[in-house]
Amino acid sequence: MFGSIDPLVLIASLMVASTPILLAAMGELVTEKSGVLNLGVEGMMIVGAVAGFITAVETGSPALGFIAAAVGAAILSALFAVLTLVFLSNQVATGLGLTLFGLGVSSLMGQGYNGVRPPSSPRVTIPGLSDIPVFALHPMVYISLLLVVAVWWVLRSTRPGLILRAVGESHDSAHALGYSVRGTRFAAVLFGGACAGLGGAFLSLVIVPQWTEGMTAGRGWIALAIVVFASWRAWRVLLGAYLFGGVTVLQLNLQAAGVAIPVELLSMSPYLITIVVLVIISSDRRRAAANAPASLGRSFHASS
Amino acid sequence: MKKRTFLASAAAAAALIAANPALAQDPVKVGFIYVGPIGDGGWTYEHDQARLAVEEHFGDQVETIYQESVPEGADAERALTQMALQGADLIFTTSFGYMDPTINVAAKFPDVKFEHATGYKTADNVGVYSARFYEGRAVQGHIAGKLTQSNKVGYIASFPIPEVIRGINSAYIHAKKANPDVEFAIVWAYTWFDPAKEADAAKALIEQGADVILQHTDSTAPQAAAAEAGNVYTFGQASDMAEYAPMPRVSSIIDNWAPYYIDRVQAVIDGTWTSDNTWDGIGPGMVKIGEISDAVPAEVKAEAEALRDSIAAGEYHPFTGPLKKQDGSDWLAEGETADDGTLAGMNFYVEGITGEIPN
Repeated sequence: MFGSIDPLVLIASLMVASTPILLAAMGELVTEKSGVLNLGVEGMMIVGAVAGFITAVETGSPALGFIAAAVGAAILSALFAVLTLVFLSNQVATGLGLTLFGLGVSSLMGQGYNGVRPPSSPRVTIPGLSDIPVFALHPMVYISLLLVVAVWWVLRSTRPGLILRAVGESHDSAHALGYSVRGTRFAAVLFGGACAGLGGAFLSLVIVPQWTEGMTAGRGWIALAIVVFASWRAWRVLLGAYLFGGVTVLQLNLQAAGVAIPVELLSMSPYLITIVVLVIISSDRRRAAANAPASLGRSFHASS
Repeated sequence: MKKRTFLASAAAAAALIAANPALAQDPVKVGFIYVGPIGDGGWTYEHDQARLAVEEHFGDQVETIYQESVPEGADAERALTQMALQGADLIFTTSFGYMDPTINVAAKFPDVKFEHATGYKTADNVGVYSARFYEGRAVQGHIAGKLTQSNKVGYIASFPIPEVIRGINSAYIHAKKANPDVEFAIVWAYTWFDPAKEADAAKALIEQGADVILQHTDSTAPQAAAAEAGNVYTFGQASDMAEYAPMPRVSSIIDNWAPYYIDRVQAVIDGTWTSDNTWDGIGPGMVKIGEISDAVPAEVKAEAEALRDSIAAGEYHPFTGPLKKQDGSDWLAEGETADDGTLAGMNFYVEGITGEIPN
């Protein structure tokens, strides 16, 4: 029935397809844990995609491309941070504005890069293992997995992680204890921007690989949704991102293999399955609510 | 400036503009609604090139406005209404999914002319236009059938609408003629523009043995995915996509909208515009076949060009019997050609294609 699908190749391609969403969602998780709701993920991703693409093409180095993507998107997120943290503008409106701005600025920056081929990135080679598709992917795939572990560990059991969570839970208390609310949030927003930028660059340098205007096509919004459905837990974000990316690739493969499942069902399955699974595992409402940062989306000023 | 003097001078300025006919004469305002970004390198890119051709042709006589990445469905009505309220005289809505929104908004703005691409619903102020892309698909199908080594041709389809189904049928019929062993694997992406998804679809097809990829989506992502995979042939869709020639892109279908757009804008300027139903192919030049690259053997290239020329001359119709439908029932008898009505509403596969058309 699934004759022409090779399971290992399939797992390898689902890992690759999920990576941009995973990166962007991990960044947003940290941002939201600090109490800032940044709806500009889509804009930061696409700026990362174009910045990484241009740098990789001009320097010939995909690694420099990824660094530039992280820096570029972080600069964009710094704009958001200044507006919302210093000038106390509304986070929702500013985040939406950031998305529109990012889409526009990326299409401006990308003029002249349509149809250009980026340098191809080397794949990881581990002696003895690289014949297995799952162990011969782009390094960024493994970096994104390490990132999940790092974010989980830092948030759970380190001092900076505790401070970040304290700021997100109750900025007034954190401030009273002498922690810098603004500084912590600024750093979290920059981290979120950098991660979104990496996700965008992974799209333009590895998955597609090319620059096309609007190429993120809503992946930033998916990342945002996954953070909420995963009730702000790193492992669930990983699960959600891999489910979404995985089912997307799986359904395309099932179609290509001519499996007799109605195509309508297959094409809505990524959304359906991701939401259902995450809602079920987050269904204990009391615990899920306890996990949502209590100060999420609220502006902080030391005088209040 | 005091308020009163400001008001007085504003009134004077308004009177000045009204008195001066050169300033008061409005240029014809032409609006375009696009389904993707103008930099998609495919469908929307070509519509925008035609918009620029309109501007160049008419100069100061026209003013063009456009909106990119308008979702098909309810939001399109908002975008269309906004454009009509901005004073557009003629609006081109350039995707199938804008059909009902165009009809609805047109009913509210009887003085605005609308032109909807690839649809079939008309009104007094709504005309429809499309190109016979299936003629180009016939040429692609022939080349694909000759080139494939694995006998498996991958097809990235967008939405199950007649235009897309016609393309699949036409490509399949001619691939099968060129190579009786050929099989089509069809993936419905349910999107016009999503580069990552289009690339993933191309990869899924390639991983499962397809070595020729045809696409009916708008971006160049499948070309990039095929280039990365190597030894896979593709065809440019809607635009030449020549940046991927000679490999993987071996030929293309190019949409040439500019002559039609110029013609229709002229009709509005002259006051002679009436609702029309235009469906032109290779012959009148609305569909062009992009240069067949050297990756294609010379004799295949010659055959493909002969096929193109006979279609252009009207000597050959890509849907010529004997043809059966997928379920085995008769469709066209020997020598019979399909009529436009059946083609416009095509909702069935021809015999030999596996899989079902989603509803």
